Amino acid sequence: MAALLELADVDARYGPIQALHGVTLSVEEGEIAAVLGANGAGKTTTLRAISGTVRRDGTLRFAGRALHGGPDATARHGIAHVPEGRGTFAELSVWENLRLGAYSRRASKEDFARVQRYFPWIESRRSQQAGTLSGGEQQMLALARAFMQRPRLLLLDEPSLGLAPLLVTEIFRIIRELNEQEGLTVLVVEQNAHIALQLAQTAYVLEVGRVALAGPSAEVQQHESIRRSYLGY
Amino acid sequence: MLGLSRKTKVSTGASLPVIVGIAAACIFLLVGCLVSNIFAQQTVAGLAQGAIFASLALALVLIYRATEVINFAQGELAMATTYIAYQLTLWHVSYWLAFFLTLVISFVLGAVVYGVLIRPVQHRSVIALVIVTVGLFILIDGLVTWKWGADLKFMPAPFGNNVYHAGGVSFSRQDIGVLLVSILSVILLWVLFQFTKLGLAMRAAALRPAAAALVGIRVDWMLAIGWGLAAVLGAVAGLMTEPSQFLQPTMMQAILLYAFAAAVLGGLESPAGSVVGGLAIGVFLNLIGQYVGYATSELRLPIAFAVLLVVLLLKPTGLFGRRQVRRV
Ligand SMILES: Nc1ncnc2c1ncn2[C@@H]1O[C@H](COP(=O)(O)OP(=O)(O)OP(=O)(O)O)[C@@H](O)[C@H]1O
Ligand SMILES: [Mg+2]
Repeated sequence: MAALLELADVDARYGPIQALHGVTLSVEEGEIAAVLGANGAGKTTTLRAISGTVRRDGTLRFAGRALHGGPDATARHGIAHVPEGRGTFAELSVWENLRLGAYSRRASKEDFARVQRYFPWIESRRSQQAGTLSGGEQQMLALARAFMQRPRLLLLDEPSLGLAPLLVTEIFRIIRELNEQEGLTVLVVEQNAHIALQLAQTAYVLEVGRVALAGPSAEVQQHESIRRSYLGY
Repeated sequence: MLGLSRKTKVSTGASLPVIVGIAAACIFLLVGCLVSNIFAQQTVAGLAQGAIFASLALALVLIYRATEVINFAQGELAMATTYIAYQLTLWHVSYWLAFFLTLVISFVLGAVVYGVLIRPVQHRSVIALVIVTVGLFILIDGLVTWKWGADLKFMPAPFGNNVYHAGGVSFSRQDIGVLLVSILSVILLWVLFQFTKLGLAMRAAALRPAAAALVGIRVDWMLAIGWGLAAVLGAVAGLMTEPSQFLQPTMMQAILLYAFAAAVLGGLESPAGSVVGGLAIGVFLNLIGQYVGYATSELRLPIAFAVLLVVLLLKPTGLFGRRQVRRV
């Protein structure tokens, strides 16, 4: 069976600057895949190429269909993208953020109940302005909002960014739970290679817009250059 | 970075001194109305006039929030749609049917203006946008004058010319009608924005277009709907202006200035602020017209702007605007 998401030879550019050079990767249904790499390697751009927020060409297939629309069409096809900066509607309430997650479908009480199972604190904060949440809470709200989309694939851009180590562990625990209990497929971009390799089954390492290394996380973890440049041992 | 993060916006919401001030003004008006019949009449007439400012001001705010431009053509668009209603009545369509048909036409017109003229230049530059709205102003003015001429035209009176008597005070039916229709359209719009999924999506698209697209919202459609609704509000303002000013191509020009003042007074990004601002300016102008000898009609606009200037010196973000830095 073909993978849920397949990118073959994908280029992406910001005006004259080419940020991706022939990126090829695939994500199997039900797995967690990680994209690692240094600053400016093109991790964020890879997610943007998938959701259509950057000009790209090459072959992109999702669930057997070609992806070529803009971000709104991609979202309606079942891909939730939590972007760099989390995409929070800071001026709106926590509750409105969740409702926006469910924009493309008819949300049921069950959906909200599910969100509360994973994020119990949300109930008591539903009318708080989302921009006034703490960084960790905002990251969880972003996850919850993406979950309300009931996506087949979740794209996460550096969920650990700016969070205390304990919170990072918590966030990754929730991502794992969503994957294991809800069968959510996840493609996560991370600077924190250590925790990402623990979470993911498959990993891709980007270097200046190219896939430098790909394979099962365990193998990537053993790779000499990765250990030296990203894991520090 | 695409502007998803680190964006500060002017949040809206009245602060305590402003609320106290507004409450004090309301009490003053109420007491005045109970004490003096003329005062009561002038207050109601001022509210009616102010409600028109408020609808047009709200249209400006809607567009400002969605597209970050002052639509200088908003008044002319309102005037043009009023002429459309006039044309319908010439074809023997009854007034209120013409009224509602015009609202529908205005919605389409507003959305088309966005799609055809605004969208192509939206992300180019603010200057380009301003030029487009000024160009639209001139274009509409020219087209209307060419089609219907510059002389006064008259429509059937929507509310009749009767007078209501209540507690010894007589109110003109027309003032009450204008007030009710304008306020009702403002309330309907508020309900749409605050309590419907479409309204929520429109707010999200205006506040954070990139994030809105990522949850599946068609941002362009939402902005087009926003322009359509603004045009509808404008049409209401035009149609409610017609009974007192009659139809001519310049009928909305001064009103646009008052509406602009009302929007700025309210904080430019605050829908509630623009409505309060519009009503306040309408009442204020009527009362000083009645009680202050030298406030002749020629001086109304300068006085309104002088007061606006003073308010902005005291509170630069307007009554309902609040600059706030947030964690994002
Ligand atoms: N909006 C933009 N305009 C121009 N160039 C951009 C833009 N965004 C990214 N780039 C360039 O594209 C390349 C890849 O950037 P990208 O944001 O994908 O990197 P990243 O791997 O996510 O880095 P980081 O870890 O710092 O987030 C960089 O060289 C960057 O300078
Ligand atoms: Mg990045």
